Amino acid sequence: MGILSKKDANLILDPLADNNPITIQVLGICSALAITAELEASIVMSISVLFVMGVGNVVISLIRNIIPSKIRIIVQLVVVATLVIIVDLVLKAFAYELSKTLSVFVGLIITNCIIMGRFEAFALGNGVWRSFLDGIGNALGYAAILIIVGFFRELLGSGTLLGIPVLGDPIEKTGLYATGYENNGFMLLSPMALIVVGIIIWVQRSKNKALIED
Amino acid sequence: MGLKSNLHNLKEKYKGTKMAPAFNALHTFLYLPNETTHGGTHIKVADDLKRTMNIVIMALVPCLIFGMFNAGYQHYMALGEIDAANGFLGASFWTWDNLVIGLWKVLPLVVVSYGVGLAVEFLFAVIKGHEVEEGYLVTGMLVPLIVPVDIPLWMLAVSVVFGVVIGKEVFGGTGMNILNPALTIRAFLFFAYPTWMSGDKVWVHGAVERDQMIAAGENLDAISGETILGSYAQNNSVVYDYWDMFWGIIPGSVGETSKFLIIIGAAFLIFTKIGSWRIIFSTLIGALVMGLIFNGVVDAGWIGESSKFYGLMSVPFWQHLIIGSILFGAVYMATDPVTAAQTNKGKWIYGFLIGFISILIRVFNPAYPEGVFLAILLMNVFAPTIDHYVVQGNVKKRMKRIKVKTA
Repeated sequence: MGILSKKDANLILDPLADNNPITIQVLGICSALAITAELEASIVMSISVLFVMGVGNVVISLIRNIIPSKIRIIVQLVVVATLVIIVDLVLKAFAYELSKTLSVFVGLIITNCIIMGRFEAFALGNGVWRSFLDGIGNALGYAAILIIVGFFRELLGSGTLLGIPVLGDPIEKTGLYATGYENNGFMLLSPMALIVVGIIIWVQRSKNKALIED
Repeated sequence: MGLKSNLHNLKEKYKGTKMAPAFNALHTFLYLPNETTHGGTHIKVADDLKRTMNIVIMALVPCLIFGMFNAGYQHYMALGEIDAANGFLGASFWTWDNLVIGLWKVLPLVVVSYGVGLAVEFLFAVIKGHEVEEGYLVTGMLVPLIVPVDIPLWMLAVSVVFGVVIGKEVFGGTGMNILNPALTIRAFLFFAYPTWMSGDKVWVHGAVERDQMIAAGENLDAISGETILGSYAQNNSVVYDYWDMFWGIIPGSVGETSKFLIIIGAAFLIFTKIGSWRIIFSTLIGALVMGLIFNGVVDAGWIGESSKFYGLMSVPFWQHLIIGSILFGAVYMATDPVTAAQTNKGKWIYGFLIGFISILIRVFNPAYPEGVFLAILLMNVFAPTIDHYVVQGNVKKRMKRIKVKTA
């Protein structure tokens, strides 16, 4: 990474693996369960969070010295809420079907623990550039998990990827379905997202034993 | 060279390597080990895990054999090729033809269940480097008994992998699991492939196939093998009498239909002190109480005949015990010593709530025609909490006694 110092690069790379907001910090689980039944929704959600986190961290970092600490949570909420409303309106204008799938969960980005957590833990105490990198990094870490979960849930649950049938037609019985294969309805239910996230955590921690806490 | 010495040699050859647990397990499963302990006095306990598991399997074998005959009987009955058996010893029930269908359909379920489940167990033992535990012996026998006879084998295999890994191995293997693995497997099947686990087509061998032939334009009568719970949930009249239900000559999952054989199995388990009579009886009491409450609601006229719950609510309370699989669940599932409550008082509470919730789900959620497996899984989760409060209550009581004495 030429443009970034090693310390700055770590701000982006750490949340992708060893300090992942979902699998290590265990934040933002609710949205990971709710909207990952389809890959497309996962991707759109990831982009939305990326935008909100990147911009939000920058804004909070810019005004960090003038926020009275007693009301900082309220100020943070106002910032997130503003950004989320922008995302929501953009989605409604340009991707109406998707915004219906995501329904309240776009609005609920406000309550996504990752965002408030990064504001509190990082943006309030760091400069603009570093806060921006931290926001992007954590949003990418979140996105990585969402996309992995969304990929498996859509592939095994509906036999499609991004809405395109990849395993054949379940009604006409073509492709894999001709052999008697059937979609796994459990994959479309939220508990399965929790189990897939659990499996990712399992794989990650058995690869890197240092992550296992007592 | 006999099998035993062959296995022994294999075991010696792989001693200390990664594969050692797998060969140790094969050897000790079939034979006593050659090694004897040296020095000192040893206490030999007869009822080890293997013995316990074997007794449960013995209690299950009658259900399995009956299930095989019943699979064939229901098949031929639905085709209209044989007369109704009219009772447990009916001439058209215990026939070779029935058994052949049963063996053909049920044995593969048993083989897949054991094959896949033990493969996962062996794999985990090798990876984790511990001895293979016998935990799957009973689960492997229970699984074929609680699925519909026509379930595709690959679905069963996928579910077994899921159930053993997520239900048991992630918690640390046999003895550490929170949920009953056999029920985890059934729950997975139920939510993953609902079309194969409910409805009126899956309980009788051949019904789905026949449906597809009719859809393809052949001129045949459709087979309907609705379970009794299915009929009640849709307010249809039930075509079976109580004795059919008691003897088990009805459509249903492979091994859970015969209440008669389950009661014999229960008596055997209670006699050998393997199954907890407290759990079995409290589950049945819980079911009866819930049934009585519903009967009371119907008697008081709070619910009309037009209600979709009327059918199941008006079932006489005692009859809840012979329809569905509450008895099978109470005897073989709820009593699993690992996942049940451990304290005596806790067992009463645990069992009572299983029965109570089972009937609640059965009546109020027609989408889950049988709620027993969900109720047991739910109470599995709460069992440690129940035990905690029972123990704490006891501690408090005794502390009070000390205080009274010293005061």
